[in-house]
Amino acid sequence: MKLLNQSIKYATLPMLLIVSIWALMFYFSIYREIKGSVDEGLDNYKRQIVYQVSFDTILLHKKNFDKGFYAIRSIDADVAMKYKDKYKDTLMLMQDADDPIPELEPARLLTTAFELNGKYYELKVINSMIEADDLIKQLFINVLWLLLLLFITLAFINNFSTKRLWKPFYTMLSKLKVYKLGNKDQPISIKTDTTEFKDLQQAVNTLLKQNNAIFEQQKQFIGNASHELQTPLAVIINKLELLAEDGNLNDGQARNVGEIIQTVNRLIRMNKSFLLLSKIENYQFSEQSQISINELIKQEIEELDDIVSIKDITITLKEDAEVVLIMNASLAQIVVSNLLRNALFHNRQGGLITIHIEENKLIICNTGKNEPLDNATIFLRFQGSTDNKENSGLGLAIVKAICDLNNHAITYNFTENLHCFQLIFKN
Amino acid sequence: MKILIIEDEQNLREVISESLKKENYLVETAIDYYEASSKVSVYEYDCILLDIMLPGGSGLQVLQELKQAGKIANVIIISAKDSLDDKVLGLSLGADDYLAKPFHLAELTARVKAVIRRNTLSGKNTIELANLVLDIDERTLIVNGKNIVLNKKEFDLLNYFLLNKNRLVSKTAIAEYVWGDNIDQADNLDIVYYQIKNLRKKLQQSGAEIVIDAVYGIGYKLIEQ
Repeated sequence: MKLLNQSIKYATLPMLLIVSIWALMFYFSIYREIKGSVDEGLDNYKRQIVYQVSFDTILLHKKNFDKGFYAIRSIDADVAMKYKDKYKDTLMLMQDADDPIPELEPARLLTTAFELNGKYYELKVINSMIEADDLIKQLFINVLWLLLLLFITLAFINNFSTKRLWKPFYTMLSKLKVYKLGNKDQPISIKTDTTEFKDLQQAVNTLLKQNNAIFEQQKQFIGNASHELQTPLAVIINKLELLAEDGNLNDGQARNVGEIIQTVNRLIRMNKSFLLLSKIENYQFSEQSQISINELIKQEIEELDDIVSIKDITITLKEDAEVVLIMNASLAQIVVSNLLRNALFHNRQGGLITIHIEENKLIICNTGKNEPLDNATIFLRFQGSTDNKENSGLGLAIVKAICDLNNHAITYNFTENLHCFQLIFKN
Repeated sequence: MKILIIEDEQNLREVISESLKKENYLVETAIDYYEASSKVSVYEYDCILLDIMLPGGSGLQVLQELKQAGKIANVIIISAKDSLDDKVLGLSLGADDYLAKPFHLAELTARVKAVIRRNTLSGKNTIELANLVLDIDERTLIVNGKNIVLNKKEFDLLNYFLLNKNRLVSKTAIAEYVWGDNIDQADNLDIVYYQIKNLRKKLQQSGAEIVIDAVYGIGYKLIEQ
């Protein structure tokens, strides 16, 4: 969910609540206000009626509301003494322009008593009230309009402020997305006067600086370590070779020496792969030339033909395009060679390899284990299939490193029991 | 034949020296730049194995001094720095070959013999043993005067064995020589076995007076019958 929508989401509930409560309170206060005003009107009528009956006693015989808005009846003095002005809600039949027949409408009734010429009378004055349900309906519609207006305004302000206020943030985000550790990229720099963003920028740059330093250290360490290991490894393997040649070994010893030689060879290959990786990552293959992937593939197939025939593999090459790249020749050869060898050595006896060259695309598929490899780890170091002890597990990691260096994309998928590696070349 | 090993790592110096002595070379050693510099200025060598990183100076300086003195020596650089730049620089300064550490002794022997032969024999680049003649330039094998057809891998294999005759050559060394250095898989050792089987068959059928023996499962050895 975007920041913009998030803020609207959080604003919605409080706004709804506040406006509803406000509407409720508004309703009651208006209602009370209207009642008060009607009651004052009734009080005024009462005074006028009491004043008028003192001149016109006929009015005293108006016993009910048939012909007016008040009714008078005589009462006993002792009852009248207990009377106080009493207002109450009641209903009365009324008809106005939009009513076809008279309807019961809410009204306010004032009951009071007065004395005229020594006699006591009860006076009832009635007046129509505002209709509560009409009021509620109207209020509800108005509140809805208010809410709608508020939301639209909020969305506009939000949109505007998000775009404007958060602009440095989005700039930074887009810069971070393309940032690569160890690429000697400049620190992230954005134009902003906002303190928080300045802080963020500083924190991010400190973090990047630290990470770059660690990355650099690690790279150098691997490079140096594998470099320093070369001579000791040379001593070990050469001494073992001389020892094996000696001829004074019994069978068991000779077998042991043989196994040690194998192991040391594995160590040597691993170390060479590390050196290669470290060189790739240190941009030590800068020389570029024009490379035809089609030609490279054909060369490598020829190079591997004896292994192919021993494993009885059928290779089909489909060339729909000629892929010509500008890149380092050794690296291109390593990519093609490693991918083909991977397809070959993880294959089964009598299996298949299909190579498809399309526009800017190379797809190599092979039969093998009938289960997919783990896409998340396949290109990581030492994550290759572990059933083969002689495999350094670095072949695909090297391919990935070279692809990263050249901005080529490599992906793996498993379809129809085929392990497929797809290389999409830049441009 | 006299060979000078310029290498500061004592163990490596000794083991290379021991291996080359088995090939009946006269071996001398130098442990740093000064010793190397004085030895190459005074004596003549048929081949010099030169480490680049030396105490007291660079192996490349030694190479330059050799060149300035106009001495023809077959120089093979042996360096732990397996970088293309070093290789190109070394070769442009007049080195004949470049071998990255770590290497197999069989590989070193093959390289030493190859450079010595290349620069001493005039025009004729062949290896002869018993009733075999292997022509390196023409890439042909003649046994008892008859031409035997070998495929590329079989030829390389036989060449390697002939350069290392009577020496144990490990399976890995063979795999790396014939199928390249970036070989990373166990399957290659099976392939070594298949190719050697084929080669043995051809040698036997042609009546060649050599055999390739398997040794302890470590590797193979070519011997004269």
